[in-house]
Amino acid sequence: MFMSGLTKELPSQAHAELGGEALRVRDLTVAYHRKPVVWDIDLAIPRGKLVGIIGPNGAGKSTLIKACLDLIPKTSGEVSLFGEPYAKQLKRVGYVPQRESVDWDFPVSVLDVVAMGTYGQLGWFRRVNKRSKALALQALGRVGLEDYADRQISQLSGGQQQRTFLARALVQDADIYFMDEPFAGVDAATERAIVGLLKDLQARGKTCLVVHHDLATVSQYFDWTILLNMRVVASGPTGDVFHGENLHKTYGGKLSLLSEAANELMRNQ
Amino acid sequence: MMMTWYAIDTWIVVVGCLAAVACALPGNFLVLRKMSMMGDAISHAVLPGLAIAFIVTGARASLTMFIAAAIVGVLTAVFTQWISKFGKVDRGASMGIVFTTLFALGLILIVRAADHVDLDPSCVLYGAIELTPLDVVWRPELFGQTLDVPRAALILAGVTLLNLLFIVIFFKELRISSFDPELATTMGINAGLMHYLLMTLVAITTVAAFEAVGSIIVIAMLITPAAAAHLLTDRLASMIVISVVLAMLSAVLGHLSALIVPGWFGYAGTSTAGMMAVMSGVIFAVVLLFAPRYGILKLGPARHSD
Repeated sequence: MFMSGLTKELPSQAHAELGGEALRVRDLTVAYHRKPVVWDIDLAIPRGKLVGIIGPNGAGKSTLIKACLDLIPKTSGEVSLFGEPYAKQLKRVGYVPQRESVDWDFPVSVLDVVAMGTYGQLGWFRRVNKRSKALALQALGRVGLEDYADRQISQLSGGQQQRTFLARALVQDADIYFMDEPFAGVDAATERAIVGLLKDLQARGKTCLVVHHDLATVSQYFDWTILLNMRVVASGPTGDVFHGENLHKTYGGKLSLLSEAANELMRNQ
Repeated sequence: MMMTWYAIDTWIVVVGCLAAVACALPGNFLVLRKMSMMGDAISHAVLPGLAIAFIVTGARASLTMFIAAAIVGVLTAVFTQWISKFGKVDRGASMGIVFTTLFALGLILIVRAADHVDLDPSCVLYGAIELTPLDVVWRPELFGQTLDVPRAALILAGVTLLNLLFIVIFFKELRISSFDPELATTMGINAGLMHYLLMTLVAITTVAAFEAVGSIIVIAMLITPAAAAHLLTDRLASMIVISVVLAMLSAVLGHLSALIVPGWFGYAGTSTAGMMAVMSGVIFAVVLLFAPRYGILKLGPARHSD
C-alpha cells in the first residue's frame, strides 16, 4: 500500500528504476572441476520483491548467490544488478553469508561485527568512526541486541549470531540483499525478528534474495520464489510457481519433503 | 649465581626482541586465519631463493638474497593456492608438498654451492644471533657515547616498522578479510589481495629474521605469542599488543636463561635462539593454564551466557 502510493509521486525516471529489474541473470553456468553445479540459469527478478530460493541440498542455491556476487568464477553467463554489472554496483549490494562460514571465536565484539557493514561505504584507508559505531548500535537496537554490543561474539546463541549478521546487513544500507540461509538453526523469536526485518526492508523498496529450507513457510514469507535444482525449475510470483508439480520437479523422489509440501498446499487451499 | 652482562648481550636481546616482534605482528593474522603452518612453510621455502641468489650473484649480497627469498616465499603461497584449487588437494597437504619440495631444492643448492662458500644449512635452522652484534654497520653518537648498531638490528627494526605500519593502515581491511573474507570481497575489499599482501609481509619478515635467529625461532615467534594472546583477550587490537609484549618477554627471558640455566648444570652457555623458542613455549603453557577466561583452570569470573 505504502509503496504504491509512493511510486505515483515519483518522477518518471525514478519510477522506471523502481519498476525495473533488480537482478538479471543470463545463461549462468558454474562448474567445479568440470562438474556443473548450476546450469544455464536465466532469471529476472523485479525490484522490491522478497525472493525465496528453494531446492534440495546440493541444488546449487549458495553457488547461485556466490556467482551473482563474483565470489566464485562463472564458467559462463553474466549477471547484472539494476541494469549494470555487479562491479559497478558494489555499494548497493548487501550479503549475509551462512552463519557457519565464519569463526565465532574471532576476537571481535558484537558491535565490531555490525560496524563491518560500514566498511564498504568507508572504502580503503578510512578508519571506523563514531558514525559507523552509531549506525551499528542503532541496527543492533532493531534486532533487539543493543545490550549485547560489548560481548565477544562467541557468547551469543545461534539465533543472536544470526541477528548480528542481519544487523550488519542493515548497516550496509544496500538496495539488494543476498542472504544465505538466515533461518537455519534459529529459535522462534529470531525467526519472527528476521521475518519482520525482511518485510521492513521490502517496505523500503529493497530487494531480498533468501536461500530458504522450510517449505512450510515459503508462501507466508516470500512473494517471489525461485525453485532450483541445478537448473531453474521455475521462477515467479509464489502464488503462481509454488505448487506440487514444480515441487515434484525440484525435489524429485524425496517423499518426506514432498508430503510436507503437499500438507502445506492443503493448508493454504 | 654468577652472570656477566656485556654490551654484546644488550645487542643480542635487542636483535632478539626485534625479530620476535617483527614475527609476532603478522603472526596474529596467520593464527586468526587458521594458516599458522603457512609461516612454517614460507620460512622453509625461502631457502632456494637464498641459494639461487647466491649462485647467480656469487656473493652474499644481502639485498639480492633478500629479494630472491621474499619472491620464493610469496610463490609458496601462490603454489599452495593453485595446487589446492586445481588439484582437489586440501590446503594443508598442498602446503606440505610445496614447502618440502622447495626446502629440499634449497638444501641441494646450498650443498652444491657450499664447496666454495660459507652458506651453512645448520645456520639456516638455528641462526647465529650471538654473532649478529659483531657485524656493526652504523656508529651513531648518542649522549657522548658511540653506539655500535649491528646490521641485523637495523634490518629487523625496519621490518618491524613496516609490519606495524601495515597493520595500523590496513587494520579495518585485515580485520574484515580475516573474519569474513566473502563479505569483505563483496564490499570491494579484495580478500585475495589482502591474503597475498600478508603473505608478502610474512615472507619479508621471515627472510629478515631467520638470518639472525634461524627459521625455528621464526616459526615459534610467528605463532606462539599470537596464540597465547588470543587466549588472553576478546579484542583484536589488544591481542596484537599482548602478542608483542609476550614476544619481547620471550626474547629477554630467552637470552637470560641461555646465560643462566646451563650454569646450573655446569655448562658454559647455550643457544639464545633456542632458549627464546623454549621460553615462548613456557609462556604459552602458563597462559594456557592460567588465562582468566579461556585457561584450562578457568580462574577468571565465569561469564554468564544467555
